[in-house]
Amino acid sequence: MSKPRSNPRPGFVLDVDRQTPPILFHHGEGFRLEKLPVGRSRVIYPGEPLHGMDDPDGAIRDALLNPIEDDPLPSLLTPGMKLTIAFDDISLPLPPMARPDVRQRVIEAVLDLVAEAGVDDVHIIAALALHRRMTENELRHAVGDRVYEAFAPHGLLYNHDAEDPENMVILGQTPHGESVQMNRRAAESDLVIYVNINLVSMDGGWKSTATGLSGYEGVKAHHNVHTMRHSKSFMDQDSSELHRSNWRQGEIIKSHGPRIFQIETTVNTNTFGHNGPMSVLQKREWEWSIKDRATFTAMNTGLNAMSSTNRRRIFQSWKAPYEMTSVQAGEVEAVHRRTTEMVYKQHLVPVEGQTDIVTMGLPYLSPYNVNSIMNPILVMVQGLGYFFNLYRGRPVVREGGVAIMSHPTPWEFHPVHHPSYIDFFEQVLADTTDPVEIEQRYEKQFAEDEWYRHLYRTSNAYHGVHPFYMWYWGSHAMEYLSQVIIVGGDPRAVRRLGFKPASTLNDALEMASDVVGSNATVTHLHNPPILMADVS
Amino acid sequence: MGWLRFVLDPPSVPSGVDKKPKTPSTGVYYDTEWSRSLPARLIRRATTVALMKPVIGFFGAPKVIGADRLKDVEGPVVFAANHHSHADTTVLLTTIPSHLRHNLAIAAGADYFFPNRLVGAASALFIGAIPIERQRLSRLSVANTMDAVAAGRNLLVFPEGGRSPDGWGAGHRPGAAFVAMKSDVPVVPVYIDGTGNILPKGKNWPKRSRCAVVFGSPLSPIDDEDARGFATRIESKVAELADEFANGWWQARRNAGSGSTPVLSGPEAGAWRRRWLLGPKPGGRRTTPGPKRWPRI
Repeated sequence: MSKPRSNPRPGFVLDVDRQTPPILFHHGEGFRLEKLPVGRSRVIYPGEPLHGMDDPDGAIRDALLNPIEDDPLPSLLTPGMKLTIAFDDISLPLPPMARPDVRQRVIEAVLDLVAEAGVDDVHIIAALALHRRMTENELRHAVGDRVYEAFAPHGLLYNHDAEDPENMVILGQTPHGESVQMNRRAAESDLVIYVNINLVSMDGGWKSTATGLSGYEGVKAHHNVHTMRHSKSFMDQDSSELHRSNWRQGEIIKSHGPRIFQIETTVNTNTFGHNGPMSVLQKREWEWSIKDRATFTAMNTGLNAMSSTNRRRIFQSWKAPYEMTSVQAGEVEAVHRRTTEMVYKQHLVPVEGQTDIVTMGLPYLSPYNVNSIMNPILVMVQGLGYFFNLYRGRPVVREGGVAIMSHPTPWEFHPVHHPSYIDFFEQVLADTTDPVEIEQRYEKQFAEDEWYRHLYRTSNAYHGVHPFYMWYWGSHAMEYLSQVIIVGGDPRAVRRLGFKPASTLNDALEMASDVVGSNATVTHLHNPPILMADVS
Repeated sequence: MGWLRFVLDPPSVPSGVDKKPKTPSTGVYYDTEWSRSLPARLIRRATTVALMKPVIGFFGAPKVIGADRLKDVEGPVVFAANHHSHADTTVLLTTIPSHLRHNLAIAAGADYFFPNRLVGAASALFIGAIPIERQRLSRLSVANTMDAVAAGRNLLVFPEGGRSPDGWGAGHRPGAAFVAMKSDVPVVPVYIDGTGNILPKGKNWPKRSRCAVVFGSPLSPIDDEDARGFATRIESKVAELADEFANGWWQARRNAGSGSTPVLSGPEAGAWRRRWLLGPKPGGRRTTPGPKRWPRI
C-alpha cells in the first residue's frame, strides 16, 4: 500500500521565475511540459491529498448509528416498509476509484442494518437523471459483486429511467414555478437512503435527489442558460443559482416527497497514487527525482508512439487509489454543510487577485465520458464548465480575459454513448454557438426526439437534451471571457466550437496578446489533481 | 573415514556422571526460527508460486470471494478457517491476498506435521508451519504462535483442531481467539468449501473438484468478551460466510439478522443422514440412468 507524506502540504501560488522548471500540462491522453512567461505568470498548485480514514467501515457504521439532526438509521427501519436506496452514478468519482468503491462500503453497511431489521422490500437505483445507463460491469464496480448479485438478477437493482411515463411523478412546484419531478418508486417509498460521493462542492445536498432522481421536467428548471449565467460559480454555493434552485426543489421534496436519509462521503485527491509510475503526475516539478524524470519521459514517449485508441484504453482503465476522508449521514442540509467543509479543506487554495489569462491542461476524462470518448463538446465542458468554475469569490481570470486550454480536441464521438452530441455538433453548432439562441431554437426538439428517448431508455446513451446542458455549463465562461484558445486541438473541431486553435502555448499567448495586451499576466491551474481557487 | 564416524556418532557417557537430559526437538518442541530467514522465505514463495498455485488451480480452481474486505488490512492478523482437508492449507496459501500471504505462518498439528526432524523441516520450509498441540492449549503452543505474531507474521489457525471426518464442522476451540486477544490483533474468519471433495480425510491422492474461499471482515473482541465468547462469535461468522456462499450475500445477511444462519456442525442425526444432507458430491458419478441391463423385466 502506498504511503502518503506525513503532513500533507496545503496548496499555494507559485510566481514563475527563471528558475521555474517546465510545468506539467495534461493534454488529453498525454502530457506536455510548458514554460510559462517569466515575471508575469503564477501557477496555482493544489494541496497534497489529505490522509484517508484509518477505519472507513467503522466510520460509516458510526455515521449511520449517530447521524446529524436525524434519528439513528436502525430506528427508521421496520419490517414491511418500502425502502429505496439511491446512489450516485458513473460520473463520480473521477477517475473511477479502485475497489472497493465508497458506494459499495456504504451500501453494504446500510444493508447490514436493513437485514437486521427484517426489511424485505428494497430497491436500489442508480440516480443518473438524464445521464446514460450504467453497464453491468459499471454497476458491479460501484456497488460490489455481493450487492449486485443479490439484487440485480431479481430486478431490484437498476438504472433510473426518467422517460418511463409510468414511473415518474410530479411532487409539486416551487414558488418560482420550478417543477419537482421524481422517480415514482422513490417518491412512494417510506424512506429513501441516498448514497453520495462528493468530489466537488457542487455535488450532494438536495441536488442528489432533486436532480439525480428527476427527469427532463424537473431538471430543466435549473439546467438552463439563465441559471448557469447566474451561478458564479456553481461550485460556490452562496453564489450559485443552480444551488438555490435545487434547494427550492428540496423544500418541495421535504413537504411532499419521501423521507430522505442522506449519506455523503468525501475522498482525497490521491488520483495517481503516492508511489508507482503515475505518482510523478502529482508531484511538484522541482521535486521530481531522476527516477521520476525517467519515468515521465518513458511514459510520454510510449504514449506518443501509441494509437489514440490504445492511449484511451490505458487511461480509461486507470482506477484512482482514492481514500475516504469523511462520511456523514442524516438530515440533508446538515449533512451537506459538514461535507462542504471537508471538500473545501481538500480543494481550496487562497489566491489574491486576477490575471488577464488563465491556462489549463485538460485531462482525458470528464464526468460524461467515463469508459468513453472525450468529444469536442466535453472538452469545452471540462475547461469552461468545470475548471473555469472551480473558484470561490471571483474567477482567477478577469472579466474580458482569455482562457487557453490544452487538449487534442479530436473530432471524435462515441456513437453509443453520445449520439445526440453528434447531431448537436454537426447541426446546431454549425448554425450558432450562442447558448441563448440554441436553447430557444433547438432544445425542445432534441429533448423530445423519440429516437434519442429510445436510446436513452434501452441503450447506454445520454439523453437527447444532454449536449445542450453541456453547452449551457460553459455559458457563464463564454459570456465572461473575450476569447478562448485551444492549444494542440483539431483546428476544425476547435473552430466549430467557436474558439481559436493554436499549435503551441507560445502561439496561443501571442494570439491572446491581441486581446489583453503583450504584457498580459497569466494564471495556470495546475492539474492533476483538481483544486478550487479562493480568489480575493 | 574415521573422522566421519567421529562426527556422526554420539560420545559415550562416563559412569558417575549425570547424563544431560536430551532436549526434545520434534513435535511441539521443533524450533522453526530458521524458517523465517530470507533464504527460507524465498524458497517458500517460489514453491507457492511455481508449484502450489498451478497444482491447486488444476485440482480445485478456487473461487475467491470477499478478498476486497481485506484491502485495508495491514496485518498481522489471525486467519481462522474451517477445516475439511489437507488441501485447505495450500488453497489458502494461494488465495489469501498477496500483501498478507507472503508473511504467513500456519499453526499445524505438532503430532502430524512435526513427528521427526525431516518432516518438521519440510513443513516449516514449504508451508511455513509452526507446531501446536491439537488436543490442549499448551503453554508452548501458545508461545510458538504468539512469537510468530509478535515477529509480524500473519497466522493461519484451524480452530476445529483437525479435519472434519464427515464434511460437517466441529466446534471451534478457543486457541485462535486466545492468541489474537493476547497479541492484540484481529481475527479474519474464513470459510472454505469443496476441499473435502478434492482430498478427503483418509485419501492420499487428490481428484479434481471445485472449491471456494470466502473471506470475512476482520473481527476484534468486544466489551468484556473472553476467549470462549470471542471464539463462539468467530465460529458464527464463519457460519455466516458459509451461508453467504450457499445462499448469496443478501440472504445470509437476512438470516444473520433473524438469527437463522445454518450451523456448520450439521444436524443431530446418524452418519448416513448427515452425509445425505450434505447433498450430492460435485462431479460425481452419473446420476442419470444408464443403459438397461439384463434381464429385462
